[in-house]
Amino acid sequence: MSSHTAEISPTLTRPTPPTVRANGLSDVVSDSLLIAWRSLKKIPRSPDWLIAATVQPIMFTLLFRYIFAGAIQSSLPVGVSAVNYLIAGIVAQSVVFNTMATGIGLTEDLQKGLMDRFRALPMTRSSVIVGRVLADVVLNAFVTMIGILAGLAAGFRPNGGAAEWSMTIALLVLTSLAFSWMMAFTGLSLKTVEAVNSVGFLWVFPLTFVSSAFVPTSTLPGWLRVFAENQPFTLLVNAVRGWLTGYPEVGNQGWLAAIWMVGVMVVFIPLSVWQYQRRTTR
Amino acid sequence: MARSQAIVAEGLTKSFGKTRALAGVDLSVAEGTVLGLLGPNGAGKTTTVRILTTLLKPDAGRALVAGIDVAKHPDRVRARIGLTGQYAAVDENLTGRENLILFGRLYRLAKRDAVRRAEELLTQFDLADAASRVVKTYSGGMRRRLDLAASLVVSPPVLFLDEPTTGLDPRGRLGMWETIEGLAGSGTTVLLTTQYLEEADRLADRIVVIDHGAIIAEGTAEELKARVGGERLDVVVAQHDDVPTARRILEALGGAEAQVDVAERRVTAPLPGGAKRLAAAVREFDSSGVELVDFVLRRPTLDDVFLSLTGHAADVTGNGNGGGNDAPPNGKVKAEADLALAGTKER
Repeated sequence: MSSHTAEISPTLTRPTPPTVRANGLSDVVSDSLLIAWRSLKKIPRSPDWLIAATVQPIMFTLLFRYIFAGAIQSSLPVGVSAVNYLIAGIVAQSVVFNTMATGIGLTEDLQKGLMDRFRALPMTRSSVIVGRVLADVVLNAFVTMIGILAGLAAGFRPNGGAAEWSMTIALLVLTSLAFSWMMAFTGLSLKTVEAVNSVGFLWVFPLTFVSSAFVPTSTLPGWLRVFAENQPFTLLVNAVRGWLTGYPEVGNQGWLAAIWMVGVMVVFIPLSVWQYQRRTTR
Repeated sequence: MARSQAIVAEGLTKSFGKTRALAGVDLSVAEGTVLGLLGPNGAGKTTTVRILTTLLKPDAGRALVAGIDVAKHPDRVRARIGLTGQYAAVDENLTGRENLILFGRLYRLAKRDAVRRAEELLTQFDLADAASRVVKTYSGGMRRRLDLAASLVVSPPVLFLDEPTTGLDPRGRLGMWETIEGLAGSGTTVLLTTQYLEEADRLADRIVVIDHGAIIAEGTAEELKARVGGERLDVVVAQHDDVPTARRILEALGGAEAQVDVAERRVTAPLPGGAKRLAAAVREFDSSGVELVDFVLRRPTLDDVFLSLTGHAADVTGNGNGGGNDAPPNGKVKAEADLALAGTKER
């Protein structure tokens, strides 16, 4: 990095053209880290964001746990705790919800003209999105952790060992990445933060609710049940729930969920980069 | 004897859907000079800048910046240019210092050099005291200064300033002018777009007037001024019946055709000689017995310039540049021009 330092004039009296060279893979990494750094910097400075990000997972966890746990207990097999059942679903849903920040952040940068500045710099193109996605995965981990802690306080009693927790964390990080890219595409396709919010919820809500997250899928009407039992979010929830609480059997659902997430990235990474180019060159 | 050209554009065209933003723009800016690209909203100023700064691909035409083809080697162009757009494109959640370090590092400066350069710029742009404050707390003028500083991190030889003073208060505008003059004085080639004739007059070595995506006049400020006839006399008469008389008097005094707004009972005409001929004008009206409501000697406005160049007033509401990029961020700046120059130089 330091071998190609541009000469800097102490004043502006002599303009000095910076050294130019082709961008390589290491530049994608370093530029992405810079962008991730700047996205994360805002956290300690936005007390309002910090409060919202802390209170929301706590509120969701408590609401769902105390409102639904009693109602669904009877539809669960004997010996399965409704609290354990629900919290796993809430954690998975929270990870998906939090990825909306990626879309919103990118739309804000577009609106404020920051994207133009980035584009007029000799930096790597994809880093603007990659860096944002990385930062959002970190934020997502933070918010999700708070949700889990709130769950533990409200009676969540996971019995998974280190291996199960590791697999859970790995799958959730993968999910966060995949959905962040999906949201990146959404954000780059829309003009306002409000639109990103509504369009994001438009598919996040059905995806997370028509699933095994909050109720056993056996309680759903037939046609809805077919969708609910075969969609990736149910696979994710079942895997996380099974690993952490021992119910249901995970089987190959963890792998299938991981394959889905990789598939989402295979589709949405190129789509997002394409949309970024398209959007910023018009 | 011809200086080498820092910016050359030939036949640039660009359409957004059915809207023609640029209809064949030719430009050339000699190294170390300042070109003022003057025009109302929607004229194609921002589109031109976006093409020259590699942000936009033209439908046709060619452009060289610092001798490099923008379409063929955009990355090499980007390393040699600075761009300050109409928006203060800095990260609001970072401090002024952090912004400059970030951009320095994205320009591939080593961390140590990026830090040092940031400090230099903060001092130079009078932001040292606010360096550790988050940009969100900055005033509009401070943001613009930081934005400009950000485009100077590597002291680019070619600088693009898209309406650098739009939205600034008079004090902020004056400060920005002084900064730009300093840059120009140090040998940086500058292309600046503006809606303000006064700004172009003060900062630019040469002025290009653009309207509806085409260049309609160009020359030095002096050349353009000489053609438009300088100051204008604006007269409002009390009685509708007196409008023709006022018109006759003004045309006789100025030797040029007057503009008449019958509804407003307003007659306007160039008054060569300006203030020196004012007494003569007063005497003429006095002896004619025409009752006057208003009598103002003023410098030509953007509207006068456009009227004399194109026969239509400057369309300040914008005519729908499909990109929408020519609209100022707050959407309320109109083409007020305190001073002006104008004139036609047929291309």
